Amino acid sequence: MTERMEQVTIPAGQLRRWRTPQEVAALAQRARRREVLTQTMIYALLTLISLPIVVPYLWLVAAAFSERVSYGIIPSGFTLNNWRFLWVANLGFVSGTAGRLPNIWQVVANSLVLAVGTAAIVVVVSTLAGYFISRHGFSRRAGFLKGALALQAFPGITLLVALFILLRSLNLLNSMLGVILVIAALHLPFALFVMKGFFDGIPWDIEMSALIDGASRLRAWYTVLLPQARNGIAAVAMFSFLWGWTDYIYVLTFVLRRSSWTMALYLNSVIGEYRFADYGLMAAVGVFYMIPSLLFFLFTQRQLLQITLGGTKA
Amino acid sequence: MGRIVLDKLGKRFGVVEALRDLNLEIADAELIALLGPSGCGKTTTLLMLAGIYKPTSGQILFDGVAVNDLPPQDRHIGMVFQSYALYPHMTVFDNIAFPLRLLRRPVDEIQRRVLEAAALVQIEALMDRRPSQLSGGQQQRTALARALVKQPTLLLLDEPLSNLDAKLRVLMRAEIKHLQRRLGITTILVTHDQVEAMTMADRIAVLRDGLLQQVGTPDDLYYRPANTFVAGFIGSPPMNFIPAQVETTDGQVAFAAEGMRLPAAEWTAPHLAGHRGGPVLVGVRPEDIRLSLVPGESAVQGRILDVEPLGRELVVAVTVGRQVVVAIADHGFAGKPDQPIGMSVPPERIYVFDPTTESAIV
Repeated sequence: MTERMEQVTIPAGQLRRWRTPQEVAALAQRARRREVLTQTMIYALLTLISLPIVVPYLWLVAAAFSERVSYGIIPSGFTLNNWRFLWVANLGFVSGTAGRLPNIWQVVANSLVLAVGTAAIVVVVSTLAGYFISRHGFSRRAGFLKGALALQAFPGITLLVALFILLRSLNLLNSMLGVILVIAALHLPFALFVMKGFFDGIPWDIEMSALIDGASRLRAWYTVLLPQARNGIAAVAMFSFLWGWTDYIYVLTFVLRRSSWTMALYLNSVIGEYRFADYGLMAAVGVFYMIPSLLFFLFTQRQLLQITLGGTKA
Repeated sequence: MGRIVLDKLGKRFGVVEALRDLNLEIADAELIALLGPSGCGKTTTLLMLAGIYKPTSGQILFDGVAVNDLPPQDRHIGMVFQSYALYPHMTVFDNIAFPLRLLRRPVDEIQRRVLEAAALVQIEALMDRRPSQLSGGQQQRTALARALVKQPTLLLLDEPLSNLDAKLRVLMRAEIKHLQRRLGITTILVTHDQVEAMTMADRIAVLRDGLLQQVGTPDDLYYRPANTFVAGFIGSPPMNFIPAQVETTDGQVAFAAEGMRLPAAEWTAPHLAGHRGGPVLVGVRPEDIRLSLVPGESAVQGRILDVEPLGRELVVAVTVGRQVVVAIADHGFAGKPDQPIGMSVPPERIYVFDPTTESAIV
């Protein structure tokens, strides 16, 4: 080190000379080593931070396929018995107070209706409204956007009682449609901002060009603009599907019939209503419940990364 | 047929008046350029012709029929945007076929006409590509083919060459001009580049701040500019403007300015009669100035400030008093900065403008 330092020392009054090939090679290697070290440290740190998140999931998957879990963490003995809820119509050992668990496939169907219904409404409304807000200047547009943001900022749970009364007067209590409308409405502002961002990113020129080429405004919207906003539509569809799929509180509050239960309620009853918690069953139901979410994130990371609320894409 | 008349056309955006009382007649098969700096109203005019903007006053007539309220899809126009505005999710073929599909033409006719249009601009080999897989020049050709495929009565070109590199620009300039002449489509070209306008257009309309300054052939604008704006906008490097006084000695009219005295052409005397003794703005094009390194030989003495070699010619900046005059010299010019230099201008190549109205006097 000191030797090299001496070598590159410049006598006063002389022009600085470039380093020799050996010196350059040594410097480059030092830079490479430093880079590898930095990378290793970053990965180590990230792994450490992720552990508290990853470990419970690992436990969940392990427990779902194990006979027992020793000391609360170490699973042992492979079994599919925990998954019996999928093929046993009525789980025999349900405690008397809770009654029988509904058929899992009925529950899945209910959840799908809720999730797909929410996604359909959110996608259609946010795509149309996002386009309109992006393209048309109307008076109080800024006010409208602020209002939408404020709505998103309020915890929906504070509206539970009001929504209950509203749904009852609309005769939508105990119906999946009521829950769909509530979830869709509460999440629309977010979806609207996402779609507005996507439409903002599509140049005016392309739309004008379509009009001059002979398209009507509506035709230009769906043949030229929608295909370019498809990542946004995909992202909004996935998010709204998951909002419906994972919802607990609104179904619990507005749907009183056991036959209309969704996955979240089913899981809750598995956790809460046994005298002795069956961790294996609980884990299996939990893993089963996570499948759609996992699939979505696996296949759609690219679209999700394109989401923007400002204007420039990430 | 494609005869276009703009009658007192005007457009306001709120309090901003983008275009005022534009009167312009465009003959069938003519290529006319709307030329001006950004914000002069040229693109506004184009978008009104396309039907995207509605005029706030005046009329647009296509073959004598007012089309103010006709939506863009019914105007039978082809347009090339500065950004080309190709549909990114469609192939080149689908991009060009788009206008025909909207017209619900039969499949075999679409196939034939798309290939014809592609052949016109030589992109037949690219039909399956997406716009993102094309070079700038190829995108430009695709946009041109899409604009031409429906055989429009009016072709609008919005700065069509400004996104191309310099070499390709020269090539496409010639190609577009050739194509336009061959197809005989009335064409309106919007540009801020005077070279583009001069080289391509049959006539040029110069706009400034929403007001038409002058309409004429490239020669008209170059040799007979109506005002200082047109004179300064056409030609590169731009015309020199020198504040001067009109003086008469022994019946000879001359323009006197600090450090220079330029004799006026004899035929201009009657036009200058009203300005005698008063201030005028003398305009001299750099290419009309003759430089001489032999001192005392020329009418105006100055000192070289800077020499910019451009290959075939050199741009020479000369200080005369406090004024800097730009001249063009041939490639053999040997002058160096700080060297004294003489300049002369043929009297018939001197332009004279009124300094207050900025209009041409001679």
